[in-house]
Amino acid sequence: MSLAKITQVKALALAVPGDDIDTDRIIPARFLRCVTFDGLGEHAFRDERTGPDGKERPHPMNSAQAGRIAAAKQGVMVVGFNFGCGSSREHAPQSLWRFGFTAFVGGSFAEIFFGNSTTLGVPCLTLSKEDLAECDAFVRANPNVEVTVDVEKLTVSAGVKSWKADIAASARDGLVNGKWDPIADLLEGADSVAKTAGGLAYVAGK
Amino acid sequence: MAKTLFQKVWEAHTVRKLPNGQTQLFIGTHLIHEVTSPQAFGMLRDLGLKVKYPQRTFATVDHIVPTNELKEPYSDPIAQEMIEALRKNTKDYGIRFFDTTTGTQGIVHMVGPEQGITQPGTTIACGDSHTATHGAFGAIAFGIGTTQVRDVLATQTLALSPLKVRRIEVNGKLAPGVYAKDVILHIIRVLGVNGGIGFAYEYAGSTFDGFSLEERMTVCNMSIEGGARCGYVNPDQKTFDYIKGKPFAPKAADWDAAVARWASFASDAGCQYDDVKVFKAEDIRPTVTWGITPGQAVFIDEKMPALETLNAADRQTAEDAYAHMKLAPNTAIKGTKVDVCFLGSCTNGRISDLREVAKYLKGRKVSSSVKAIVVPGSQLTAIQAVHEGLDKIYIEAGFEWRGAGCSMCLAMNPDKLVGDQLCASSSNRNFKGRQGSQTGRTVLMSPLMVAAAAITGVVSDAREVFKV
Repeated sequence: MSLAKITQVKALALAVPGDDIDTDRIIPARFLRCVTFDGLGEHAFRDERTGPDGKERPHPMNSAQAGRIAAAKQGVMVVGFNFGCGSSREHAPQSLWRFGFTAFVGGSFAEIFFGNSTTLGVPCLTLSKEDLAECDAFVRANPNVEVTVDVEKLTVSAGVKSWKADIAASARDGLVNGKWDPIADLLEGADSVAKTAGGLAYVAGK
Repeated sequence: MAKTLFQKVWEAHTVRKLPNGQTQLFIGTHLIHEVTSPQAFGMLRDLGLKVKYPQRTFATVDHIVPTNELKEPYSDPIAQEMIEALRKNTKDYGIRFFDTTTGTQGIVHMVGPEQGITQPGTTIACGDSHTATHGAFGAIAFGIGTTQVRDVLATQTLALSPLKVRRIEVNGKLAPGVYAKDVILHIIRVLGVNGGIGFAYEYAGSTFDGFSLEERMTVCNMSIEGGARCGYVNPDQKTFDYIKGKPFAPKAADWDAAVARWASFASDAGCQYDDVKVFKAEDIRPTVTWGITPGQAVFIDEKMPALETLNAADRQTAEDAYAHMKLAPNTAIKGTKVDVCFLGSCTNGRISDLREVAKYLKGRKVSSSVKAIVVPGSQLTAIQAVHEGLDKIYIEAGFEWRGAGCSMCLAMNPDKLVGDQLCASSSNRNFKGRQGSQTGRTVLMSPLMVAAAAITGVVSDAREVFKV
C-alpha cells in the first residue's frame, strides 16, 4: 500500500478556541448510529453550530472561512489544549477530516484523538502556550493568509511569522515517509507475531 | 532490575520495533461492540484481509440496545441494523458474540470481567475509551480508534509508544458514605482532566488494597477522564479469587501456574516511577461535578468555585460551564433541582453498586418530580439482582428497572434527557450534550448520591439523607 508523504500542509486556517473540547462535542453520539463514516463531515460540531431551535449559532465552523475550507477540502484547525478528549470515537477526526481539515495545530491533544488523526494522515502539531496564542490571533486577523504546517521542519508559519512546533517523533516519521497507516508494517511482522503469541501462556492456551 | 507492571506487560507483549520507532505490541484480548467495529470490518473487506486470531476477539452489543424493549426487531431500525451488522461480522469471521439472547450480553467492560476473559498481565484493547476498566485486574487495557480495531483484527497487534507510569497512592480508610467514585472524581479534580496525558496510572496504597475488584474497576474506568489512556491496580489475592471459576478462567491443573504467573506481573518493590502522587483517604468527601468536564468537581458541602479564584484558562472553561449548567459561581451545588436520576454505566452499574444503594433505599420513595432509572450494566448483573430481590426494592421506591446496556451514559439508545433537564448520574462524563439533549445537564456522583438526589429531588448529601 503506497501512501502520500505528508511533509507539509499549506492551507487556510480556522481558529476554534477553548480547552478540553471533547469528542462528544466534535461529533455527538447520535451521529455514531451508523455502520460507515460516510457523511460525517456535515455533522462536525453539530450542537455547537446549531441551537436546539434548529437555528445557526455563532461558531467558527459556521463562518465563511469554514465554508472556504470545506470547499477546498483542505484546512488547518487551530485549537486549544487537550483537544479531542473523552470518547475514543474515530468518528471525531473522521468528521473534521471529511469536513475539510487536513491538519491540527494546538497546545496539546488527547492521546486517542492524536493517534486516530495521524493514522488518517492528518498531522497534529503542538505549539507553546505563548506561540499558540500568537498563532491563534494571527489566524483570526488574517483569514486570507495560508498557514503552513511543516511536519518535516517542525514549524507552523504564516506570512512573516513562524513558530517552532512539535509532534511525537514516531508520528512525524510515519507522516513524512508515507507510512502513517501502520497496517503494512504490522502485517509484515506476522512471523514475529506468531512467535510472541506462542510465548504467552494465556494465548497459547497453556 | 525492579520493574513496574506496565513495563513487564509491555515487554512480554512486544513483538518488535517498527521502523518509525514505535513498538509492535501483541494484543492478547480484543473486545468489540457495535459502534466502533463495523467500519473496521469494512476496511478488512476492502483490503482483502482476514481476522488473524478470531479466538482472541470477543464481541457484545451495548451502546445502542434499548433498555425498555427486549424483543426484536427494535422500534429503532438503525439499532437493529447495527446489531445485525455485528451478528454478521462475528459469524463471518468466527468471533464469539455475547449476544442479547445468551443471557451474558452487557456493557463490554462488564462482560470481560464477568466471563473471566479479563486477566492480569495481559494486554486488552477495545474501541472504547473506558477500556481502562480492565486495568483493575492488573491488565494493560486501553481504548483505540476504529482503524486500530482493524489493525488488531488483521494482525492482533498495534503500533504504539510506551507510556510513562505515574503511581497514584491513596492511603487510609474512606469515611462512611464515601466511595470509589468519590476517590476517582477527587483524583481527577486535583490532577486535572489532561494531567494524565502520556501516562499510565498505577493506583496503589492501602485504600486500593482494601477495595474490592468492583471498586477498583470504578476507579480504573475513569482514568481516561484524567487524560490517562490506561490505569491499573497490581493483582493480588482478591484479583485471583474474583477470576476463579469464571467461564474463561484457567481450569484445575492450569490454575496454580496461572496465579503464579499473574502474581509475577505486579510492580516490584523499589521500581522507578516517572511520577508519584499521594492522597489521604480521610481527606476525600462525597464529590459531585458542577461543570462540563469531570475535573470540575467539588465536595458536596463545598461551594462551587468563584471565577476570580481560577487561572485564566480554567476561568474560560468555567464560564462556559456555568452558562451551560445554569449554575452560579460561589454558591452551593447542594439543593440544586434534579429532574432525572440515572443509576448504571460501566463506572457504576455493577451488582455491588446495586446492592449498596438497595441497602438504603428500602422504605424510601423517589420524589414525584424526578424520573429515576436503574440500568444494570449486564444481563448477568440484572439476573443476579432479580435473584436477590433488588429489583423489587428499586421498583417499590419508584425507580424504573431496565434491561442491560450503556443507556443514558451516552444516550445512543432511546434513554435521553429532554431539554435542559438536570441529571444526577452515576456515569463518567458530564460533557455538554452527553446524555442526549444538547442543553441537558449532568452532575456526576456516586450511586448512593444518585439515590439521595432521587429521593429529595435535589442534589443532596447522601450521608444526611440516609443517615450513613
